[in-house]
Amino acid sequence: MIIRRFSGLPTWDWRSPFDELERMRMELDRRAGDYPGSVFKLPTAGVFPLVNVTEDQDNYYVRAELPGVKTDELGISVTGDTLTLSGERKLPAESEKASYHRREREAGSFSRVISLPTRLDVAKVKALAEDGVLTVVLPKAESAKPRQIAVKSS
Amino acid sequence: MTETETKSLQAKEKKEVTTPAELTKPGLVFNPAVDILETERELTLLADLPGVKAKDLKIDLNNNVLTLTADETLPEASGEKDVFREYRTGRYYRQFTLSDTIDQSKIEAVLKDGVLRLALPKVEAATPRKITIKAGS
Repeated sequence: MIIRRFSGLPTWDWRSPFDELERMRMELDRRAGDYPGSVFKLPTAGVFPLVNVTEDQDNYYVRAELPGVKTDELGISVTGDTLTLSGERKLPAESEKASYHRREREAGSFSRVISLPTRLDVAKVKALAEDGVLTVVLPKAESAKPRQIAVKSS
Repeated sequence: MTETETKSLQAKEKKEVTTPAELTKPGLVFNPAVDILETERELTLLADLPGVKAKDLKIDLNNNVLTLTADETLPEASGEKDVFREYRTGRYYRQFTLSDTIDQSKIEAVLKDGVLRLALPKVEAATPRKITIKAGS
């Protein structure tokens, strides 16, 4: 059996014909990860709609891109620390005689539950939809906001 | 009576695209999802452009090439910290080649709720017209 060496990795013997392929695959994987400028894929829950959640001292802001969904077709409900977004996107029917050249937009129903790290003040939740972007402002419950504790020295 | 179930929407990542000429400000550029449909009298283009205001949308028609460029306004205020992000915001860009049968002076665009509806009426000569025959005296 011929003993081969691959880019500095010494081989003692061929355990199976697939070992070399496995090693080449690992090398290529490592090289592929080093390429700059590749699109950094954000981890998502894989559920429509995709949301961005941001926070400041007093509120959580949940934003979702929902073009063409009217506010009365959206269901937003909030419990202790979860937000549920549900609704349906309908594509308005075009005239009967239209023929489609391209069809990339989709219609359908969606429902998503988002859990937030702290309890929310359910009574003061606000939602607004502008230009196809839904923003839900969720104030944090008073008990969840950080409180500064003064230290007394004797 | 059977009821058809509406299918549920799948989450889709926005498609990033490189434009042929570099844009003056660096940033991400996406291809918006577009429906194109044709009737006898006009061509209609519907594009999903969430987060775009009418003043940030530019529609150019040059040599039968239709270019849609839109800047997405970042809705977050500066004091907010990210908890998690699942989608990115950036610019939208898409180009289409139109045929000569579009009457370019009568194009109409309406942007509502993040959906752009572009009506491209066809030139009169291209719409089929019935010619009535008058009986000669």
